[in-house]
Amino acid sequence: MGDIRPKRNPKAPRQQVPVLEAGRRASTPEEVATGFVEDQVKIEALRCLNCKNPVCVDACPLHLDIKAFIDRMANGDIAGAFEKISEQSPFPGVCGRVCQHELFCEKACLLGKKLDPVAIGSLERYCADYARAAGDGHGAARARPTGAKIALVGSGPASMIAAFDLVRKGYRVSVFEALHELGGVLAYGIPPFRLPREILNQEIDRLAGMGVEFHRNFIVGKTATIDELFAEGYEAVFIGTGAGLPYLMGIPGENLIGVYTANEFLTRINLMQAYRKESDTPVRVGRRTYVIGGGNSAMDAARWAKRLGSETTVLFRRGRAELRARLEEVEHAEQEGIRFEFLAAPVAIHGDDKGFVTGLDCIRMELGAPDSSGRPSPVPIAGSEYSVEVDTVVAAIGQGPNPTLQKATPELITNRGKIVIDASGQTSMEGVFAGGDVVRGGSTVILAMKDGRAAADAIDRALKARRADGVSEGREVAQ
Amino acid sequence: MNRILKRRQLTPEIVLLEVTAPRVARRWKPGNFIIIRPTPESERIPLTIVDGDAGKGSITMVVQAIGKTTMQTAALREGDAIPDLAGPLGEPATVERVGHVLAVGGGVGVAELLPVAGAFRRAGNYVTAICGARNAGLRILQEGLAAATDETLWATDDGSAGFHGNVVELMQAWKPATPPGLIHAIGPIPMMRAVASLTREWGVRTYASLNPVMIDGTGMCGGCRVTVGGKVRFACVEGPEFDAHEVDFDELARRNRAYADKEKEAREAHPCRIGLG
Ligand SMILES: Cc1cc2nc3c(=O)[nH]c(=O)nc-3n(C[C@H](O)[C@H](O)[C@H](O)COP(=O)(O)OP(=O)(O)OC[C@H]3O[C@@H](n4cnc5c(N)ncnc54)[C@H](O)[C@@H]3O)c2cc1C
Ligand code: FES
Repeated sequence: MGDIRPKRNPKAPRQQVPVLEAGRRASTPEEVATGFVEDQVKIEALRCLNCKNPVCVDACPLHLDIKAFIDRMANGDIAGAFEKISEQSPFPGVCGRVCQHELFCEKACLLGKKLDPVAIGSLERYCADYARAAGDGHGAARARPTGAKIALVGSGPASMIAAFDLVRKGYRVSVFEALHELGGVLAYGIPPFRLPREILNQEIDRLAGMGVEFHRNFIVGKTATIDELFAEGYEAVFIGTGAGLPYLMGIPGENLIGVYTANEFLTRINLMQAYRKESDTPVRVGRRTYVIGGGNSAMDAARWAKRLGSETTVLFRRGRAELRARLEEVEHAEQEGIRFEFLAAPVAIHGDDKGFVTGLDCIRMELGAPDSSGRPSPVPIAGSEYSVEVDTVVAAIGQGPNPTLQKATPELITNRGKIVIDASGQTSMEGVFAGGDVVRGGSTVILAMKDGRAAADAIDRALKARRADGVSEGREVAQ
Repeated sequence: MNRILKRRQLTPEIVLLEVTAPRVARRWKPGNFIIIRPTPESERIPLTIVDGDAGKGSITMVVQAIGKTTMQTAALREGDAIPDLAGPLGEPATVERVGHVLAVGGGVGVAELLPVAGAFRRAGNYVTAICGARNAGLRILQEGLAAATDETLWATDDGSAGFHGNVVELMQAWKPATPPGLIHAIGPIPMMRAVASLTREWGVRTYASLNPVMIDGTGMCGGCRVTVGGKVRFACVEGPEFDAHEVDFDELARRNRAYADKEKEAREAHPCRIGLG
């Protein structure tokens, strides 16, 4: 690498991430984006302007030191870049793949004002993959923290980063997960062709190596209540239970066989691995699949349906510009031959006498005035109804907060199912904090992580204040 | 670790398992269920909790070997561990003091009736159980039922014990002048549907404990949805018990056959026939 600084070259074209050929993606969970090759890394890292005032760092909800890690990469120090990211995030391999960089750091990147922004996400991912291949980041001997006990409910990104922060502060951290696998949406929702499970599991193993304890098959509110956790000596609780409650379309025929929510469809395939012959969990994917919706779940469901041999259409009531999924996924879906039918919505589903889906009635829409989300609202066009033959329908129209814990804990104040928190991240129960999708409704990995980090700070402050006061009960804690 | 402490073969197809699960044992209530996976490749299946001993830290469940996953569960031995077990799930059964309660169970549902019948009795009711089996030899948990209820009547399809006929025919024959104040039914869908239509005529409030296909059991997939009173409900979190007079049993029966073809394939490909006598 030498001492001479390599020359920056912002005008070099943004490097394209190599992908698995579209023709080879059928019926495989293999990762589509294969990641930068070595030569591209240098070029891309040297595109970075190394701005004095790095707006990308401000734009990242975790304020990852993007400038510093890219600088190390530009100097050929990939291991050092990985270390830099790992100071702030337990999930470089995950975020490098699934974070919506185009909405945060890459959107802010100054280079993007005139040229294409630096491919920050792909660089982040490269560091993680490099470290993994080099056998780094496996976490050394198992640490044994000795501080106060803290319970984190749910094992999605919000809880995982809270675990990372708290265990490094010396707390004894236990994560309780309802399902038999860890990771939240990263495990049951996002397909392995976007996030290979080795990557996810290795980053989780690192947390285990740092001393975080994991309890699977543990449903807080059912297996034990929050009060019981306190009675067992936990001094604070963080709720990161996500937004796992699927919305239904509310149209006739919704309970026919072959109509799935995206959550059921993806859980069967990702979590239960229905795509593998050896797995006993079935999934019914017919000849023609219609996926309803325009977010990440819709793309993921459509791309699985296609991989499992179905002619697949995404039906979305707005236009392409209003799709909410990551742009890369939309492009990959298009490459894979998934059809998009924009400006149309389902009205009714038909079935045969045994209850299997046979057809879908739809209606065309036009875009009207902006709605509460700021996007143009779709308005049905009278008389534009049409029908299509289908045998699988997947409703990917959004999710609400997972209600199990709230139901078992009436003291928790909620607003339409979402747990309400104050400025410090604390809920209506003292010592109980919350963040991520269960507070925001469906959101993104990085915002969930931002919340988890903020809650970890708040928990630390609250416990320290409590210790300083020498009081442990019945007091207001840090604002 | 969820280790199997006791295994009892009740009939050639039905097995009782007592398993360590201290937290579930502490918190369960009659009507709750658990989700298990007997092997790391298995589906997640729901099983009703039949009994629980908080002191010993164990729960008891009864499984009928009819598909691959239930066959694998039934084939587990004492000392084996169940890799995944989560619960207690669902809402507990509605237990009130109404005077006279009728508990109706068919097949493996008889085992699931046991804790609910006991709870009604402890609540101060006179409890009659009407239970069905194909023949005398296939009657299960007779002593347990006798202890948990005030009277237990059996119906067998071949008349080899008790009433000759099915449970609904026995209910008609049995009907007292003053009908019971509440009825709880659990068993095969056709049985529950027939019980519901009879007790609608009787005008007696009836609850049915439903058994739709489930995956997570925590309200996150909607695979367990059933229509009750024209509304879609998630059985794993809002049930499994619902007002039997409002349940769309036809839809439930259809949805439970969604994977019948695939199940048949799996069962036939599965070498383990243990428990099938
Ligand atoms: C299919 C799909 C694809 C997505 N793709 C992207 C993407 O590409 N990029 C992106 O940024 N965002 C994406 N999102 C959104 C993102 O995944 C979520 O915003 C994020 O995972 C929320 O994190 P969380 O930690 O709040 O909760 P979750 O990830 O939802 O995790 C919550 C966990 O808590 C568990 N739990 C619930 N209740 C209990 C209880 N009572 N006790 C114990 N455990 C409990 C659940 O089982 C779950 O595992 C996607 C979402 C979906 C559904
Ligand atoms: S089993 Fe998934 S929601 Fe009930």
